[in-house]
Amino acid sequence: MMNPRTVQKIAFFSLFLSTLLIVVPVGMIVVIIVQKGLPAITWQFLTDVPRQGMRAGGIFPAIVGTLYLVLGAVAFALPIGLLAAIYLSEYARDNVMNRIVKLAIVNLAGVPSVVYGLFGLAMFVVWCRFGASILSGALTLGIMILPIIITASREALEAVPQTFREVSLSLGASKWQTIRHIVLPNAIPGIITGTILGIGRAAGETAPILFTVAAFYLPRLPKSIFDQAMALPYHLYVISTQVPNVDEKVRYGTAFVLLAMVLTVNLVAIVIRYKFRKQKKW
Amino acid sequence: MRKFGIENLNIWFGKVQALKGVSLAIEANEILSIIGPSNSGKTTFLRMLHRLNELEQNFRMSGSVLMDALDVRSVDLELLRKKIGIIFALPLPLPLSIFDNVSFGPRMHGIRARKRLTDIAEQSLKQAYIWDEVKDRLHESAFKLSGGQQQRLCIARTLATGPEVILFDEPCSGLDPVSTARVEETMLELKKDYTIVLVTNNVKQAARVGDRTAFFLSGELVELDTTDKIFTAPSNKRTDDYIRGKFG
Amino acid sequence: MRKFKEFIIEKLILICGSASIFFVALIFVFLLKEGLSLFKTVRLGAFLFGKSWYPISEPAELGILPLILGSLLVTAGAAVISVPIGVGCAVYIAEIAPGKVKEVLKGGIELLAAIPSVVLGFIGMVTLVPWVKNIFHLPTGLTALSGSIMLAFMAMPTIVSIAEDALYSVPRSYKEGAFALGATHWQTIWRVLLPAASSGILAAVMLGIGRVIGETMAVMMITGNSAVIPHTILAPVRTLTATVAAEMGEAVVGSEHYFALFAVGIVLFVISFAINVTADLFLHRERR
Repeated sequence: MMNPRTVQKIAFFSLFLSTLLIVVPVGMIVVIIVQKGLPAITWQFLTDVPRQGMRAGGIFPAIVGTLYLVLGAVAFALPIGLLAAIYLSEYARDNVMNRIVKLAIVNLAGVPSVVYGLFGLAMFVVWCRFGASILSGALTLGIMILPIIITASREALEAVPQTFREVSLSLGASKWQTIRHIVLPNAIPGIITGTILGIGRAAGETAPILFTVAAFYLPRLPKSIFDQAMALPYHLYVISTQVPNVDEKVRYGTAFVLLAMVLTVNLVAIVIRYKFRKQKKW
Repeated sequence: MRKFGIENLNIWFGKVQALKGVSLAIEANEILSIIGPSNSGKTTFLRMLHRLNELEQNFRMSGSVLMDALDVRSVDLELLRKKIGIIFALPLPLPLSIFDNVSFGPRMHGIRARKRLTDIAEQSLKQAYIWDEVKDRLHESAFKLSGGQQQRLCIARTLATGPEVILFDEPCSGLDPVSTARVEETMLELKKDYTIVLVTNNVKQAARVGDRTAFFLSGELVELDTTDKIFTAPSNKRTDDYIRGKFG
Repeated sequence: MRKFKEFIIEKLILICGSASIFFVALIFVFLLKEGLSLFKTVRLGAFLFGKSWYPISEPAELGILPLILGSLLVTAGAAVISVPIGVGCAVYIAEIAPGKVKEVLKGGIELLAAIPSVVLGFIGMVTLVPWVKNIFHLPTGLTALSGSIMLAFMAMPTIVSIAEDALYSVPRSYKEGAFALGATHWQTIWRVLLPAASSGILAAVMLGIGRVIGETMAVMMITGNSAVIPHTILAPVRTLTATVAAEMGEAVVGSEHYFALFAVGIVLFVISFAINVTADLFLHRERR
């Protein structure tokens, strides 16, 4: 039987090691991509169309495509997600229906991304006849980020103290007035944070857009929401696996832009959360 | 004139019965104090007049609560709450500016005109004796005020909706003696125009401001009489024990 | 007028409240609509347990057993790596790390969760795959093992954050009680905290595994995509998700191949549904 102190030392050291095993590679990934990707970033790389079968030129159409997709997804998911969150936080009573809704959200969050792609293909591309288009892709991504927006908004709404609602109601405000003038304004930071996290997720996902929107090689900008478009994550996939002899620099550069976009978005969310938590009024 | 008539009121939260067969009347322009130990049902009674208990999920009731001879449950809820204001135990400003706190009620009731709102705010703040302290900082956050000021702001906010009745739910439990005295003064002043129901843990406060006093115990109304009678010659022994501090 | 407006808004809120149920049902219905058509020509048994997947040969062979085994192998490998490390990291963050370090570590984990899977796949291709190839002297580094390592990594954020939550929500009094009896910090963690948080940790592990099974891009980029029944973890494999992602682009809408890929989608949906419902039950039990 070993001395408990020694056992503790060994155990804590292994726990520390596990943590290092996760954190160090994360750091390495970021460092490698920044180190090798940053030199590829030039004004031309960011603003030019891909040339020579994507082996040269820039990634502008992919950046624009991703922006369109993300905006479309948020425009679709935010209103529905916010109202759903309001339902859960302000109207739902603790009953079976409520429980099923919560379970559905958990499941929606857990559906594999490629299954979203299949669904988008069957429903929007084929059944709704939108074809492979920005519209189909944005709707698919929108449904995918719905659970993120609902969960974050609900938490933000529920964090508003119950007493504010009681006071507002006691002054003769209606339920909706109370939500509109008291609950929502105080939940805005949380809702924004959730939405931004959803944006980050939508910007980085590849599988849902594979069959719903992504164009393999389309060196021009999309003209309408019924156009196909390139998108950054898919573009990275294509030039890493489907196109031979692509310069390393182009690949790393693309990975860098995608990573930078997603991490910036997440960083903004974290900063907003942090700032508002500090200046919380109650 | 009778403002409220309560007949055989029973209230349950789940399996727990919070009020048991309470019947009493509240007259217009009186201050009715309600005393009793905690869990005696006095706050539940107060919140019933205002229909705030309905926010709880497992609330049930029987009996009737009439205001101006109308059942409160048949009256439009927002109208009822406009007519009846409530001041909570802790000062609860909304996370808005001082001005927006006071004008919140009127705005929700559809008053938009800036001039009108300013007038109402000024008048209400004056009525609650806090105008002089806040008139130069109306657009600061209400959270910057002291506890006593916040509570008077809450009174002003309630007055701004133009109520007929004001319910006070242990309004001084978080306040220092000086602020308490100011709030009590305000109550006595308001009596001229409003019907006031005051729930309090502080027996002396009931003695100081109440015209009549009701004693609640374990969800029952034990005794209701003029404040003088309750505090000098109560007819029930349990009332006597309570006001002499033998329990509670 | 105001009342009418509010009536409309409240109805809208009610409708959106059930939107998530509607969408889950919609996804399932569309998968079924396309996927079930396959079973007019292929028997369910032959589909699930058929040993070969040759979707474009004549006649096509549509047995997904190699794909299922591929997914299982990669997932099992990922679980073996990620569960001990992930739970260990959660314990470290919840119990041992001092305040500032804790925040930094949590930030790092959040960062990992945010990295798009295609970026991780890319990094895996250029770093991990050559390593595996050289260390084990293989003809290719695109193997189930590479996939497992990368996926273990992707499961970490889920496992760490949910397990940490579970540990955090163990009542303080348990810990104080153990300390009062003279237990060391580690004994307290091992004998009191971990058992008390066990159902939450189990849920964390399950959700992590759910994430792994559903992961697509990274897996497709680094596991070699060969649809044969794997005999070792050092062989290339093809998972259910990668099959759908890689082949749907070429499948003709309405063909047998197309229907078969949707049938694979149904399998994936059912697996993730089962995992999420069970994990939710565990989490729910925890809260009571």
